[in-house]
Parts: sequence; structure tokens; C-alpha cells
Amino acid sequence: MKPAAFTYVRADSAEEALAALASNGDDAKLLAGGQSLIPMMNLRLAQPEVLVDIGRARDLEGIVRDGGLRIGATTRQAALLASADTLAHAPLIAHAMRYVSHPAIRSRGTVGGTLAHADPAAELPAVMVALDATMTVRGPAGTRKVPASDFFVTHLTTAMEEGEMLSEVHVPPPVAGDVRDVFLEVARRHGDYALVAVATRLVLDPSGNVAHARIVVSGVGDVPVRATEAEQRLVGERLDDEVIAVEAGRLAAAPLSPPADVHASSRYRQDVTAVLVRRALVAAGKEQS
Amino acid sequence: MSSAAYDAGPEPVRITVNVNGETRTATVEPRLLLSDFLRHELALTGTHVGCEHGVCGACSIRIDGEIARSCTTFAVQADGCEVRTVEALAQDGHLHPIQEAFRANHGLQCGFCTPGFLMTTEALLAENPDPTDEEIREYLSGNICRCTGYVGIVAAVKDAAKRLQGGTA
Ligand SMILES: Cc1cc2nc3c(=O)[nH]c(=O)nc-3n(C[C@H](O)[C@H](O)[C@H](O)COP(=O)(O)OP(=O)(O)OC[C@H]3O[C@@H](n4cnc5c(N)ncnc54)[C@H](O)[C@@H]3O)c2cc1C
Repeated sequence: MKPAAFTYVRADSAEEALAALASNGDDAKLLAGGQSLIPMMNLRLAQPEVLVDIGRARDLEGIVRDGGLRIGATTRQAALLASADTLAHAPLIAHAMRYVSHPAIRSRGTVGGTLAHADPAAELPAVMVALDATMTVRGPAGTRKVPASDFFVTHLTTAMEEGEMLSEVHVPPPVAGDVRDVFLEVARRHGDYALVAVATRLVLDPSGNVAHARIVVSGVGDVPVRATEAEQRLVGERLDDEVIAVEAGRLAAAPLSPPADVHASSRYRQDVTAVLVRRALVAAGKEQS
Repeated sequence: MSSAAYDAGPEPVRITVNVNGETRTATVEPRLLLSDFLRHELALTGTHVGCEHGVCGACSIRIDGEIARSCTTFAVQADGCEVRTVEALAQDGHLHPIQEAFRANHGLQCGFCTPGFLMTTEALLAENPDPTDEEIREYLSGNICRCTGYVGIVAAVKDAAKRLQGGTA
């Protein structure tokens, strides 16, 4: 057997899951799709004593439109990709989901799992920061809302405390105007974690000037990194000027000191960030909505 | 917690899984991987085990119709589900059209990765009966083959799509 032995508890609702977490303390871990946790258990990098399986907790699953989108934590990544609501109401999510692993992983992997796992090279965390999403976290002390920008604390660590769980992510409706969402990624093979990925949401006013800009980069820090200087530079500008796109790319890359590993050097990731931001802005400028 | 459907302790859990149309009931340790359940408990050794952390795709099977990794799924998670493995493809000694297409187009050499490719192809063609080369490559991106260089595999999937549409299934 590859993984260490554990006790299996199947929780068919959020209530059951919270109760199981409460009675087992820090020995217990949630099992959602298992697509990050089981590989870690197979390698014995994780050896939880109790697994609380929320994979069938129906009350945690589903996509609901409410102006924006409410996405339940155990919604499968494949369901999010296939949802017409995602494309219509948060195109950035639909664009990004194609890059999140492979069909065989997305069929089981959940939205809550990838956000809770908080891999700095994952796509959805950056997207949720770019969309100003809010996480609903439930725990023994009740329910609290955490903005995506505060949720990701560092490598594989979120603002959730022991005994808490992510129950839902809320994506607000976009700022009024002409919404331009672009997601671009460089990876070694399609479906791998990003070497660098860039999630951009721009909203143009009626005269075509940028009224709102969010640029968030994956794979270059401990958490998704917002390129605030580049965002500020864009406001009030028109997107048909590639000079601005080049400058914004430079502003996004300059403050970074990305990690280096066997796949890419720090400098490479920094250069790729500048290029992807530029390409994303050029693409956003051309997009007809 | 008392209301949880299972609260089994470290002891084994009883599961019922429909595998290739047959109902199989077993009592398994929670940590038993679905891949090991298929191979060791049910003697269905067509499902191959490569990396055992979800990367290589050799162990791909279908769970309730959807392509999935059996090495990153616990057998207990498949309780109540329908599982389909490579053994379900050939019927009465006749290869499935997808298998025929892989044979005809040099879609395999050593054959180790082939069960995963076959099941992934079956899932792809169920979703998208006439995929483009790019759609094929994207869908199969999670399956690794170290022999063929993938050209034969992509040709095999295109041929399989034709064979299935031509009603040879
Ligand atoms: C080959 C391969 C390639 C991959 N490529 C990518 C990729 O390109 N991009 C990417 O983003 N991901 C990738 N992944 C990871 C995949 O997306 C996982 O599905 C995801 O990271 C975790 O989701 P899960 O539902 O499987 O969670 P699990 O593996 O079940 O859980 C992961 C962690 O989150 C915790 N958790 C789960 N749900 C909750 C919750 N609701 N509240 C609190 N904690 C919770 C668990 O306790 C565990 O610690 C890849 C995985 C594999 C195997």
C-alpha cells in the first residue's frame, strides 16, 4: 500500500464535514477530488489520520447565478469549464480552466480543492484575485467572508484555520462597461502547472478608455501576485497602443523575484511575465465583445 | 459525525462497485487505491500503474463515464459508481474499433501506456465524435507515451473516430 493507513469518514453535507473535523482535530483532513492530496499521500508527503470525504456533499456543489456567480466548493473543475454561465458571466474563468490540468484530473478535482491547496503556480487562485472574488469559510465559530486577495497567505497556505472549510466562492458581477478578460499561460506541456500565467480583466468605458484593470500573475511568487503598478498605468489609456502594453509588461515584471527550479530560471519567469502581460493587453485591445 | 454515512474507523469499509457491467462487492482498507483494487482484488491487470501520482495517465479508467485516474482515487470513493476499464473494450475476441485503429496506425509500441490512451480516447470520442488534431492533442495531454512520439497515436484517434462514425462499432 502506498499511502499510510487512515480512517475514512464520508460526509454527505457541509454540516457533517464540519462535525467530523471538529471531533478529530488536527489529525483530520478534508478529501475533495483527491487530485492533489492523494498524490501527496501516495508519496507519503501527507499522512492524515482521518480523511473526511466531501466529494459527495451535494450542498457544497453547484454554480448559481446571482448577478455574479456563486460556485460551491465541491463543484468539479470539469463542470466549471463546461458551464455556459461561466463563459457568459465570468469569461476569465472559462478561459483559464482549459489550462488547469487534464480532463482526467478535472473530472474529479474540485474548485474548492484547488483554491484550498493554494499552489502558487495554479491558475484559479490568480483568476479569483483578478475577479475580486470572496471566499466563504465555514468553521466552528461560524461563517466568515475572506476576499481572495487575503485568502492566499503563502505557498500551500491559506487564511483558513484548523477546523475550517471553504464552502463557496463568490465572483461579483463585473464593473459596468466593456469587459475584456484574457488568460495566457506558458507551461512545459499543456495541462501542467504554469511556469507563468497571467490573468487580466480590463473594463473599458464607452469611449474605449480603460476604467478598471486587474493583472494577476501565477508562478512568480508564494501567492498570486497583483501587478498594481501596471494596472495603475493602464487606467485612462486606450488599449490600441502597443507602447502602453509593452510598458505595462515591464512594470508588471520589474518588481518580481520569481522562484527558480529545474523547469525555469527566475530571470526566465520574469521575462515571460513581461511578454505575457503585453500579449494579454494586445489581445484585450483586439477582442470584440 | 454520527450521521455520516460511513464512520468506519481504521477498519475496512464495504463497497459495491459496478465494474465493466458486473456488480462487485468487497471489503477494503480505505487507503486501497482504485488501481490496486482493480489489479489485485479483481485481477483486472489491464489497467497499468506507472507514476502513481497522477502524471503519466497509464492507469486512466472511466468512472460514471468520465475519464479519471485510478491511482489518485481511493476504491472507497468509487462506492456506488460504474467503473469501466480496458478489459471492457474487446468483445467476444474481437478488438474494439479504437483498438483496431491503434493497431493499424502504429499507435503503440511497448504497449505499457496503451490502456490509458484507449480509455482516454473512448472518453474523448464520446464527448466529441469528430475532434481536430489540436483537440486530440489537448485531450490526450495528460497521457505520456515514451515510444511513439504521439504522431501514430493522433492518427489512430482520427481513424478511430472514422471507424466509430462509420458504424463499425
Ligand atoms: C497530473 C496533474 C496535473 C495538475 N495540473 C494542475 C494545473 O495545471 N493547475 C492546477 O491548478 N492544478 C493542477 N493539478 C491539481 C488539481 O487541479 C487538483 O484537483 C486541485 O489542486 C485540488 O483539488 P481537489 O478537489 O482534487 O482537492 P484534494 O486533493 O482533495 O485536496 C487538496 C487540499 O485541499 C484541502 N481541501 C479540499 N477541499 C477543501 C475545502 N472545501 N475546504 C478546505 N480545504 C479543502 C484538502 O484537505 C487538501 O489539503 C494537477 C494535478 C495532477 C495530478
